[in-house]
Amino acid sequence: MSIGKTVRALPTLIKVGFLEAVAYRAELLVWVLSTTMPLIMLALWSAVAREAPVGRFGQMDFVAYFLATFIVRQLTGAWVAWEMNWEVRQGTLGMKLLRPIHPFLTYASENLAALPMRLIVAVPVAVIALALVGPENVTADPVLWIIWCAAMLGGWLITFLANLAIGCLALYIDSSEKFMGIWLALFFVFSGYLGPIELFPQGVRALASWLPFQYQIGYPVQLMTSGIGRGDALLMLARQWGWVWLLLGLVTLLWRGGLRRFAAYGG
Amino acid sequence: MQYRYDFAVDGLIEAFWIVTALVPLFVVYRMTTTLAGWTFPESLMVIGWFTLLQAVLEGAINPSLTAVVDHIRKGTLDFVLLKPADAQFLVSTAKFQPWRSLNVLTAIAIFAYGFHLIGRPPTLGGLAAALVLLGTATLLLYSLWILTVSAAFYVVRVDNLTYFFESIFDAARWPSSVFRGILRFIFTFVIPLALMTTFPAQAMLGKLSTSTFLTAVGGAVAFAVMARLMWLRSIGKYTSASS
Repeated sequence: MSIGKTVRALPTLIKVGFLEAVAYRAELLVWVLSTTMPLIMLALWSAVAREAPVGRFGQMDFVAYFLATFIVRQLTGAWVAWEMNWEVRQGTLGMKLLRPIHPFLTYASENLAALPMRLIVAVPVAVIALALVGPENVTADPVLWIIWCAAMLGGWLITFLANLAIGCLALYIDSSEKFMGIWLALFFVFSGYLGPIELFPQGVRALASWLPFQYQIGYPVQLMTSGIGRGDALLMLARQWGWVWLLLGLVTLLWRGGLRRFAAYGG
Repeated sequence: MQYRYDFAVDGLIEAFWIVTALVPLFVVYRMTTTLAGWTFPESLMVIGWFTLLQAVLEGAINPSLTAVVDHIRKGTLDFVLLKPADAQFLVSTAKFQPWRSLNVLTAIAIFAYGFHLIGRPPTLGGLAAALVLLGTATLLLYSLWILTVSAAFYVVRVDNLTYFFESIFDAARWPSSVFRGILRFIFTFVIPLALMTTFPAQAMLGKLSTSTFLTAVGGAVAFAVMARLMWLRSIGKYTSASS
């Protein structure tokens, strides 16, 4: 698995991933349309804000927040944990291991190759959102937008690496799908997916700042909707990438250990 | 009950999800005392009904109907169709997952807590109406599912339609008055989520008018009939895997 070979193979991997995404476009569309949670939460919180703003959030602020949440979720989503569980159960992981490309790269390129399809949904939503809420709710500071690009990459990495880590657990125990379920439940609460973390009680907010979930959704959304200043943005960026490196280390450990076990059972 | 460890773990995860589901409710009611005209205990009722229906959906309906999609893909539906009993019945009762019954207990616990907060028990009439609406809600849920699976006959890969369905069903957690405009229309008449959770909750609270109750029951029956017709039509279109 040399670097040279990998780099040469990447364009093909991406192309294959993209063609797969196009082939399964109906399915992909259904997956995208299933991201209803932000929209339902939007209806809910708008109802709450009908009489009076909630904290600093009026109805328009909630529209901005949840449409941004929808976009970030679309662009950073990953499902590798389920894929790995499936491959371990079916025994096809062995096939992937025979290839001169690291399986993680295959998964990553599949995920990234589906981005254009997901953008097709995300971009119109962004345009509609902008038209609806107007520029007051969108960050005007270009520096924050640059930070946002790094934050989106960080968010994608955290989601992807967490998926990989849980997927690697399938090499140790039969099925790690339950762990994915627990991760998702925690994610929904602490990432700001169900509602802005600012509205949570102080104790929960403090807890959330120590967990990685906020950096998957909440932080990029804050950057997009002018909910944060430059200083705080950089601080949170540092924390986010701290989590990225931590997860990277975890995944490496779990993969190496898991592979040893996997090989021992004949693959 | 074969794998008791699995049973316990699944039950725990279910409890975990239910707590997660209650979090938005707690956060919302920190900020306000009424949500679209519903107080905290009243909203608890709606979530209770949602939990109850989820139990029915995932314990009884989901496993069997997911098996149908498998049958269609593998072409083994022929064996089911050849049997002398009604295909829809056979297909619907193939599998049960009893550990979902923990959700039923949780739902009852939520109801009990809600009424404890209100300070009075539900009226007998309210309970009776609610039970009838439980029947109609199950009927509606089942019909929606049959419609989704009928789609499987046209588009073979529908595994993620179950996910899609559950994502839409998520909106049933909240009282239907939360939704406004077009969404409210859709959730009352097109995908009648309001009838499934909001109306039974209102019945239990004694707030459902008789005319609305009768319309709900009538609507549910009409919906079921339509679903049955769709199913029969889709089965007719089914071309078996063999020649």
